[in-house]
Amino acid sequence: MNVRAIWAIYSFEMSRTKRTVTQSIVSPVLSTVLYFVVFGGAIGSRIESVDGISYGAFIVPGLIMLSIMTQSLSNASFGIYFPRFSGTIYEVLSAPVSFWEATVGYVGAAATKSLIIGLIILATAGFFVPIQIAHPFWMLAFLILTTITFSLFGFLIGIWADGFEKLQLIPLLVVTPMVFLGGAFYSIDMLPSAWQTVTMFNPVVYLISGFRWSFYEISDVSVGVSLGMVMLFMGICLALIGWIFKTGYRLKQ
Amino acid sequence: MIEISNLGKQYASGFVALDNISLSVKKGEILALLGPNGAGKTTLISSVCGIVNPTSGSVTVGGFDIIKDYRKTRSLIGLVPQELTTDAFETPWDNLTFSRGLFGLPKNPQVVEKVLKDLSLWDKKDDRIMTLSGGMKRRLLIAKALVHEPQVLFLDEPTAGVDVALRQDMWRMVDELRHQGVTIVLTTHYIEEAEAIADRIGVISGGKLVLVEDKSTLMARMGQKQLKVELMDTLEVLPKVLEEQGFCLADDGLSIVYHYDKDAEEIDIGGLLQTVTNAGLGVKDIHTQQSSLEEIFVDLVEDAA
Repeated sequence: MNVRAIWAIYSFEMSRTKRTVTQSIVSPVLSTVLYFVVFGGAIGSRIESVDGISYGAFIVPGLIMLSIMTQSLSNASFGIYFPRFSGTIYEVLSAPVSFWEATVGYVGAAATKSLIIGLIILATAGFFVPIQIAHPFWMLAFLILTTITFSLFGFLIGIWADGFEKLQLIPLLVVTPMVFLGGAFYSIDMLPSAWQTVTMFNPVVYLISGFRWSFYEISDVSVGVSLGMVMLFMGICLALIGWIFKTGYRLKQ
Repeated sequence: MIEISNLGKQYASGFVALDNISLSVKKGEILALLGPNGAGKTTLISSVCGIVNPTSGSVTVGGFDIIKDYRKTRSLIGLVPQELTTDAFETPWDNLTFSRGLFGLPKNPQVVEKVLKDLSLWDKKDDRIMTLSGGMKRRLLIAKALVHEPQVLFLDEPTAGVDVALRQDMWRMVDELRHQGVTIVLTTHYIEEAEAIADRIGVISGGKLVLVEDKSTLMARMGQKQLKVELMDTLEVLPKVLEEQGFCLADDGLSIVYHYDKDAEEIDIGGLLQTVTNAGLGVKDIHTQQSSLEEIFVDLVEDAA
């Protein structure tokens, strides 16, 4: 295994983050803080508690998920799409680096970045609302699994996209609605029952539910199911990446 | 060092970029691949380096298969691509360290420093790459290919769009690498470039390898001259005496042609013309012409097409 190559790609991507710290870390944190002010402070004060938790605290896990999902997608997709676009990917392709090593480097960096953002948001949220974390281990586990899964998904989008338009297509038109409708701001049982059924087809529901459980021990679906869904989604992404690497799809002609 | 056998590449569009190419390159040799645009030169190089998946045939580098033992073969190879594909915001120093890392090598400031100095990039080591000129970006690409100390170097049109000074620097560098025993394959459209630095010359056209020959053999062919005598009247049959001299009939009988070696000492053009006149033919005009590598090249490419 070419560990140095993984490290080289990882550090290259991380130094990109350092260079663009405003865009990659400050801006997602700021927008999440705005959510706290608007939903937690202004609107939240008029909403009674949800499942016994004050509304401001209730939305914290959902907001963190919202942020790390979209950030993982955009970081990872851009990380691999840009070298393809500029042509510098030739060096990775012609180096003694296996596809898996390259994936670990790119996806690892994207996931790390999202994880940092997630933790900063969590810390920031502590200033606004009282937060309790019932299961810190599971909280971290859900956080890490989700950042990796969505970074893998973003990596796939970055390989599939053949233009900047396509790069934004899935994050904006598919994932953002899924995340908003995935229970970030409400509990599923607040919905009319027909919509509750529809919602069950949204994979994001399971992620947010499991993550929220690790904070407040309340969940829309059982934790086991949540964990299973994260694993399933990650498995699908890994399988697709495996197929891409086998065929060279969009990377090699 | 490099053994290519029956290599073929058909792109998904159906376009056949490489058609059954077999070629072997010896260790320490400099091979120039000549060919018009779109002939398949870059596809050939990309196949060996792992950027393009060949559809048929096999390639070994240093005795290792490029697919089964890709780590070994790629470690041996340095590639300088044709396009100026560099990062923009990084510095040359970081970029070279990154390249070494990709090739699984530990950080080595001495090597990075030497490569940067050899390519006159030392002053620019901490500048953003986007601020470098085109020629400097070209040097940087070469530096990236050399920083992992490869045994084989592929230079894909290294001097396209490069000024005279850089071109000569590049030739000097190639010469130095040759002394270190590095095997070099370069592609070019410039015939004088092939002439100046290559040991062997291969010509690719339409995805086929039309010819591979030692430069000296090709140069010998280039040494051929021809004497063409235009006649006053159309000639039906070449007189026997002229045929014995080595003349042949051309242009539907309007001229006769004689081939000779420009270095041969006993050429008596006056005598030859005398023979022509003695045979009763009226001479309208005469030309002598030396065949150049360029002509050989154009002939070959046209034949192949």
